[in-house]
Amino acid sequence: MDKIPNNRAWWLVLPVFILVAFSALVPLMTVVNYSVQDIFGPGQAYFVGTEWFREVLTNERLQESLIRQFVFSGAVLLIQIPLGIAVALMMPKTGIKASLCLILLAIPLLIPWNVVGTIWQIFGRGDIGLFGWGLNELGFDYNYTGDTGDAWFTVLLMDVWHWTPLVALLCYSGLRAIPEAFYQAAEIDRASKWAVFRYIQLPRLKNVLIIAVLLRFMDSFMIYTEPFVLTGGGPGSSTTFLSQTLTTMAIGQFDLGRAAAFSLIYFLIVLLVSWLFFTAITHADKKQ
Amino acid sequence: MAEIQLKSLAHSYSSTPSDPADYAIRQLDHVWERGGAYALLGPSGCGKSTMLNIISGLVQPSEGEVLFDGRRVNEMSPRERNIAQVFQFPVVYDSMTVYDNLAFPLKNNKMAGSRIKARVHEIAEVLEIEDKLYRKAKNLTADEKQKVSMGRGLVREDVSAILFDEPLTVIDPQLKWRLRRKLKQIHEQFDITMVYVTHDQLEASTFADKIAVMYDGQIVQFGTPTELFEQPNHTFVGFFIGSPGMNLIEVKRCAEGVCFGTTVIPLEPWQIDRLELMKSANVKVGIRPEFVELARQPSDDAFESEVLDVEDLGTYKIVTVQLGDERLKVRQSEEFEVRVGGQIYVSFPRQWLKLYVDEFLVQEHQ
Repeated sequence: MDKIPNNRAWWLVLPVFILVAFSALVPLMTVVNYSVQDIFGPGQAYFVGTEWFREVLTNERLQESLIRQFVFSGAVLLIQIPLGIAVALMMPKTGIKASLCLILLAIPLLIPWNVVGTIWQIFGRGDIGLFGWGLNELGFDYNYTGDTGDAWFTVLLMDVWHWTPLVALLCYSGLRAIPEAFYQAAEIDRASKWAVFRYIQLPRLKNVLIIAVLLRFMDSFMIYTEPFVLTGGGPGSSTTFLSQTLTTMAIGQFDLGRAAAFSLIYFLIVLLVSWLFFTAITHADKKQ
Repeated sequence: MAEIQLKSLAHSYSSTPSDPADYAIRQLDHVWERGGAYALLGPSGCGKSTMLNIISGLVQPSEGEVLFDGRRVNEMSPRERNIAQVFQFPVVYDSMTVYDNLAFPLKNNKMAGSRIKARVHEIAEVLEIEDKLYRKAKNLTADEKQKVSMGRGLVREDVSAILFDEPLTVIDPQLKWRLRRKLKQIHEQFDITMVYVTHDQLEASTFADKIAVMYDGQIVQFGTPTELFEQPNHTFVGFFIGSPGMNLIEVKRCAEGVCFGTTVIPLEPWQIDRLELMKSANVKVGIRPEFVELARQPSDDAFESEVLDVEDLGTYKIVTVQLGDERLKVRQSEEFEVRVGGQIYVSFPRQWLKLYVDEFLVQEHQ
């Protein structure tokens, strides 16, 4: 077939181009724009090159916040993924009990972030909160507003309570997709519970686990509202995570150049780590 | 190795069975002797797989007992019964290699590494999958998967029994025949009780010493292939075994024996005596196509009939004749000359003419 060159056909791409431009490129470019300039007011902008980036990368407050963020996300994954799998394994398979479990699990997922923060803020209080009061009554010296360890413990516990159900639900759906024949064959082959988990269930959970790990990493890495409501980042700055540091910088101090440079780095970190997770898991499978 | 006894066993998948139709297995007693090679033959849905699952322990029978060497095992799991079962739809652990699949039951039994290796290679050689041992099971073809699935059953040495649930359905005919021979050899070599479920009579008779024919939740006959052919105990066995199956004619009682239409079929005196003792109106006579005799000349005990159809199957012919209202199949040698539409004289040798009341054979000694 002969091709007839007609460059006007490029106009057909225009709607998509506009859509993508407005949804992604333009907002992102605004940030890029701010990140390379120092803007004092309308008409008073100076090009500063990579200065903001260099400054942000050497800023101690940000470095500490970044480390804190990685520790938090790491802890979230280490706790929530195994716990989610365990919960999914223990759930009943059919009947009214299964439905009941699913509903109970789904409830935390439906609660808005700031409400979750508020719930735990009250729940953990030593005077009127059941949890805080209970711990104190049991003889533990628990005070999440004053003690760094207690604050971390509460923030982690809150996130585990809020998001482990997501991992559990994903794993539960993965487990239900395994045909009964595999369990029968394993029973005949005299496989132990552990062997069934290791060689039958876990390999078949791989795909949902990739999704769970990626979702939980991205979400926890961008966490803002819940710790902000619960601890306000304290005591001191011990639970101030990256997005809170960023917000303080952008809105509190109106330091737009630095905040923009920092946003870009933040975005790249999320992208990079997610990509690393994804390739690591899919690659490990190919190598076998 | 064990003797497997089923004692007044019955099973229903419904929790409140009310009539016999609710039962997948109707009350039966049966013994699979130690070290035997058995086939369980029957059409789809007759309860074969249910029975196998009850023996292995995957299904709990609703009534009756399962005994291994006289010991009740109803409450024991398949793991405790130490039984191997090969499923109709092959199950392979697809995240593992073929080798690991075959080694899996042995590892679960905590066998030593070097023995596992030897045993896996031995079985892989038998099943002709040695070159695929280190491949991932996910990428195997359907028949290779079935071989791996079967291998996991054969690899264990100390099992009470090996149960096969139509294990060769997706394997091509050439290999099917070879594998059946291999199974037989394995049986002779290791003397393990084997029960082989199939709906293919040829498969059953090449594998087994004795065949249990199952129909509608019951074992209607248990015997050697010859017994099933010559003395079908139930009209279903007559119909199901043989190709084509037994000719079965519904008859009425009359003076000299039984009759249909205007044709009177004389019976042996003992058959008449026994028939008189039974009241049922459901009476049939049966004769295998191989035993019906055809002649071009009339004789005393022959009935005149018309040739409807002749199928030439290469080594023999199947002739269909019309006798009164009934159509009969007759197997004849290739040399027998016969013309469609022509007259022919049919006779039934007494010794091969079977009498059935309520679908069960009337026997001389009972």
